[in-house]
Amino acid sequence: MRTLHTLGEIILENFTPISALAGGALIGISVTVLLLFNGRIAGVSGILNGLFFAPKNDRLWRLLFLLGLVLGALLFNMGVPDFNVPRQNYPLPLLVIGGFLVGFGARMANGCISGHGVCGLANLSLRSLVATGAFMLSGMLTVYVIRHVLELAA
Amino acid sequence: MKTNLIALLSGIIFGIGLSLSQMINPNKVLNFLDITGHFDPSLIFVMVGALSVALVSFKWIRKRAVPLFGESFQWSKKTVIDKPLIFGGVIFGVGWGLSGYCPGPVVAGLGLFSMESVIMIAAICAGFFAYNALFESNK
Repeated sequence: MRTLHTLGEIILENFTPISALAGGALIGISVTVLLLFNGRIAGVSGILNGLFFAPKNDRLWRLLFLLGLVLGALLFNMGVPDFNVPRQNYPLPLLVIGGFLVGFGARMANGCISGHGVCGLANLSLRSLVATGAFMLSGMLTVYVIRHVLELAA
Repeated sequence: MKTNLIALLSGIIFGIGLSLSQMINPNKVLNFLDITGHFDPSLIFVMVGALSVALVSFKWIRKRAVPLFGESFQWSKKTVIDKPLIFGGVIFGVGWGLSGYCPGPVVAGLGLFSMESVIMIAAICAGFFAYNALFESNK
């Protein structure tokens, strides 16, 4: 793993609690802004799904939010180059099957990590607590199987 | 107009947050899920950071009747713990563990020109369409 040059003195090589906390706080601010001003829940899977399935007059803000996500990452990467580098050579079938299940499961559960894990938990929703527990556990079990049983990915 | 600018701003802040926290890095996500291997607990701190802001702000926002610009609050109306919630969560988790991606970092990854993001977005949207074709087509 790469070390972090700009914040290197306060961050361990892999374990990065300070930048994780600060980044998480920004995510908290983002969902607060969208809810306070627009009354919308910042659940990325729901926003993306609505690009195709929401009423026509309810789509532009979704596109702009998603564009903002891209711009945010782009701007950060311009300011702090090489802090995050795209992964290469990951097995394509894991991406394709994984992506399909992420999309399918997010619709079935009516939310993903941003919707349930952040907004739902912040709203003290029991449903979101159950969903968050479900995907955390199944995610950990899946990684155990692909890394330590089948050894498909490092 | 105002709500569209807010959506853009909210997305930008979210994208910076995913970048700074490195949630945008799928290997870091997989290390977080790998509790018996290269466990990296950092992403718990992303949740703690996000929730420490949002728990307070949501409590305060819930007291409002209407949002500042929008017409109404779009809270989820569902309250029942049902099978789709649990199965959907489990299926989502399998996909998350296989790929290292959830939807937010996938979209933000386009800002890093990640080829994986392009593949993942196509696959996620295929999952949306499959779900809607199976379960929502007659609504």
